[in-house]
Amino acid sequence: MSAISSGPMGWAMYLSYLFLIMSFILTFIRFVKGPSIADRIVAFDLMVIIMMGIIILFSIRVSKIVFLDAVIIMALISFLGTVAYARYLEKGASK
Amino acid sequence: MTEFIVSLFLVTGSFFIFIAALGITRLPDLFTRMHASAKASSLGIGLLAIAAGITFSHHWVLLQSVLIILFIFLTAPISAHMIARAGYLLKVPLWKATVRDELKNRYDLKNKILRCPEEK
Repeated sequence: MSAISSGPMGWAMYLSYLFLIMSFILTFIRFVKGPSIADRIVAFDLMVIIMMGIIILFSIRVSKIVFLDAVIIMALISFLGTVAYARYLEKGASK
Repeated sequence: MTEFIVSLFLVTGSFFIFIAALGITRLPDLFTRMHASAKASSLGIGLLAIAAGITFSHHWVLLQSVLIILFIFLTAPISAHMIARAGYLLKVPLWKATVRDELKNRYDLKNKILRCPEEK
């Protein structure tokens, strides 16, 4: 994995970055204009997953494995945040 | 040879995440949007984690990618269920071309209990 910016790996890397950044922009559009607040929670969940994908790509590109720890932490934190927000919405709906 | 396999996994995984983002932007309803995002994004992040595990081919990285896939596949259905339940209880409007709403008149909205169809 020395020449990672050329060859098939480099092209796959550029293409994957392109896909992930375009999907981040699309999800951010939904996050801004989502009609209800549950739409915004779904969009934020997808944004965290796209960020995890970008971190995995960056970790492959610079050949360092320490960034994969951040991906595990982000998976746990995003689950906790989503569940807490859904519980909060559900409790607030009764009042 | 390894480079080709890793390239295939990378492009396929990010393409699935792109499909999820396209669905979350284009689909008309909260529940259809969630149907797009929850499945395609977990599949895409699983493929990307497999690509990372193949690239480094080190036992610690393999363990980490298995952990990432395990967390995502355990937590994505639970969080999707919680958001869908909260959205239904908040009466998020359904798409106007929805054919059937099977939960209609079945939630006891005061106590948040879902009744069976037999007991009225």
